[in-house]
Amino acid sequence: MSVVDPPRNSSRISGRPPSRALERAFRGLCLFAALLPVLVLAVLLFDVVRTGLGRIDVQFLTSFPSRRPQTAGILAGAVGSVWLVGLTAAIAVPVGVGTAVYLEEYARRGRLATLIEINISNLAGVPSIIYGLLGLELFVRALSMGRSLLAGALTLALLVLPIIIMATREALRTVPLALREAGLALGATQWQVVRQVVLPMAVPGVLTGSILAISRAIGEAAPLVVLGALTYVDFLPDGVTSPFSALPIQIFNWTSRPQAGFAVNAAAGIIVLMVTLLMLNGAAIITRNRMQKRLGR
Amino acid sequence: MAPRQPRRWVRRWGEAVIERGLLGCALVSVVTTAAILVILARQTGEFFSEVSISQFLFDSQWTPLFADKHFGIWPLLAGTFLTSAIAIGVALPFGLLAAVYLGEFATPRVRAILKPTLELLAGVPTLVYGYFALVTLTPLLQRVLPELSGFNALSPGIVMGVMIIPMITSLGEDAISAVPGALREGAYALGAGKLQTVFRVVLPTALSGIAAALVLAVSRAVGETMIVAIAAGQQPRLTLDPQVPVETMTAYIVQVGMGDTPTGTLEYRTIFVVGATLFAITFAANLLSQRLARRFRER
Amino acid sequence: MPEAFSESACGPAPYRTMQPSDSMPDTVAAKLSVQELSAWYGEKQVLIRVSLDIPERQVTAIIGPSGCGKSTLIRCFNRMHELVPAAKHRGSIQLDGEDIYANGVDPVLIRRRIGMVFQKPNPFPMMSIRDNVLAGLRLTSTRRADTDAIVERALQQAALWSEVKDRLGEPGTGLSGGQQQRLCIARALAVEPDVLLMDEPCSALDPIATTRIEDLLTTLRERYTIIIVTHNMQQAARVSQKTAFLLQGELVEFTETDALFTKPKDKRTEDYVTGKFG
Repeated sequence: MSVVDPPRNSSRISGRPPSRALERAFRGLCLFAALLPVLVLAVLLFDVVRTGLGRIDVQFLTSFPSRRPQTAGILAGAVGSVWLVGLTAAIAVPVGVGTAVYLEEYARRGRLATLIEINISNLAGVPSIIYGLLGLELFVRALSMGRSLLAGALTLALLVLPIIIMATREALRTVPLALREAGLALGATQWQVVRQVVLPMAVPGVLTGSILAISRAIGEAAPLVVLGALTYVDFLPDGVTSPFSALPIQIFNWTSRPQAGFAVNAAAGIIVLMVTLLMLNGAAIITRNRMQKRLGR
Repeated sequence: MAPRQPRRWVRRWGEAVIERGLLGCALVSVVTTAAILVILARQTGEFFSEVSISQFLFDSQWTPLFADKHFGIWPLLAGTFLTSAIAIGVALPFGLLAAVYLGEFATPRVRAILKPTLELLAGVPTLVYGYFALVTLTPLLQRVLPELSGFNALSPGIVMGVMIIPMITSLGEDAISAVPGALREGAYALGAGKLQTVFRVVLPTALSGIAAALVLAVSRAVGETMIVAIAAGQQPRLTLDPQVPVETMTAYIVQVGMGDTPTGTLEYRTIFVVGATLFAITFAANLLSQRLARRFRER
Repeated sequence: MPEAFSESACGPAPYRTMQPSDSMPDTVAAKLSVQELSAWYGEKQVLIRVSLDIPERQVTAIIGPSGCGKSTLIRCFNRMHELVPAAKHRGSIQLDGEDIYANGVDPVLIRRRIGMVFQKPNPFPMMSIRDNVLAGLRLTSTRRADTDAIVERALQQAALWSEVKDRLGEPGTGLSGGQQQRLCIARALAVEPDVLLMDEPCSALDPIATTRIEDLLTTLRERYTIIIVTHNMQQAARVSQKTAFLLQGELVEFTETDALFTKPKDKRTEDYVTGKFG
């Protein structure tokens, strides 16, 4: 082969070495970018706590809305949110877990399973306000539920369903196939295996997914606004057909008002909301860790 | 001990009922999609029986709630585009840099702290970000930009961008981590430095995965409601000026939703038309994102 | 326990550029000189005081059973070893008489003089065949006007030119495995290194592709100092002039290839080359 040149005797190093200073600067920039959302949240929380912490007292927690910011409170919103989230979980968790079990344990790979899966991933990307429109037409009008807790909870349940389904499927997939086969080989039916072997092992995942879903439901305001949740409520719900307010609706209302006193109330409401979310997430992490330990994983 | 088993046919029947029940659960999501499509289509159809499509597409004003009614969608689209563009302008560079940090620089310990923290941020209600945009950031920005009005596209756009950073970071980091280590080694062995390896090898290879994250972020920004409803204003305006009040599609739906608009009126139907437009845009974006992600995985 | 590791992954600035020593005679035998090289991954020692001189413009084979430290040894030659977290080393390696681990030597510049070909072909998927060949220049921001000539020369040297000259714009990943590996060789040659390290370059290839690469080595050694790690003793015998036998991190024997395979001095070498273990 003639292309091989005569041997060179070059040991000169060509090119510039990359600038380590530039590399370090870039690394710093990347770290800053990763910390930026955390920093913004820290500033946000600091600001909210500074504005609103002094407002939180027994009166604030136990009063109904009012025209005067000093006498207004979050009672109706908070109790409404508890009802709403409880109902949402009661509807969404069984349906979500059921869907996940069907897809992972029962469905054959086929057109139906594919259709359902595509549906779920698309629903996960639908903006929450569209669910509000759905709830308004379907539950409030067509099924004549009115602007009730039930209509709100059903809407939120559909909204968080994909979260629960995905988390549960993830959890079911981690259960070893050998355990299912062991169960079936003992003569158990498929449902017996699912209920007594597979689901218990998936509980930590299901729980985490459910708490994530509940956290999402607690903070959602957009679909409830569209649905017609009330902003001025001077009574507590007495059942699932009762009209309702919710904590985020109350905060939204206060934020939108021009008087400074209401901004303070909004900040105080946000503190309550964030503390609740923090406790929920903390509970999720602790429960999951404990259960994983118990399951020996 | 001998377990008492129910008779065989009872068991088989029970199994069938359970399977049907589970299938019923799974069909809820299919029914949900169908219901969304039917509702949006029906109301949109009724809307266009009263308002011409050309008015919807070519009128430059959106004033369905005024006496002089105009039904041009462009002002709402412009408001949505403006806030989303600002959000993406913030979220894409920072999200990507953060993804590079997690994928290429962070030690396992830093990663183990930073990743869950960023995931936690995704759980902050957008209402809270909206408060932040209106009450904290806008006054701050007004010190630098005296022209900035109390409601504007800039402040909610920036806050929305910060809200979306964790999403781009998480998806971008997945894409970056999926780039085989052999390619990095190949680059280093050729005498490339860290920066050159990241920019010429890692990021180009992860491109379709990053594009998928970007498109999903766009969909998220377009559909985001509370931040813009609180801080961008309620004045549909065909403008690209980030300093004046605008109204997004989502904010318009909230505005009508807060009032007590009677069912069956034209105003009532407008929110479904706007909703259908919003749904179409986000649906197309989600589809595109899934396709890009699949292409990335297959390579 | 080793008391002092030279951990030079990110040595402090300023960086010294290595200059060729003028006093070096033209006929110098040792291109790379390794003295007392030990290497660790965390607490695990993988190389134990290895010393050897790699002759210039010859093919040196490094053989030994899996896990004997072959790959680690050549990854120390171009300072790729230190990219692994918790990797450490001690001892010195000299390239043309200069310590590549000396303070202030940028590993990046070493890697531009010592090219490497990996076990599995790893062309850059987002680049065309042409861009893959030029990757070394592009990645190091080296501007050259004669890129067409560089591409042709490197591909000729890697015996790939005739197969790809009409489709240089196509992605490099579209080639067959053997072609991809030759593309990676071309990529390494395009930056005009002095030394070419090959880490089991044929282990992922079929016999025909393997033969082509082995033939290639014979022409390339006229110009480059080649070090090839292989688990295949026949390959070592076919392509190399000198062979080193490594066992559990120790250099057991290093001599002319013919001698090592026909009259091994060490019992362990004999056992290995006669197939008693490995």
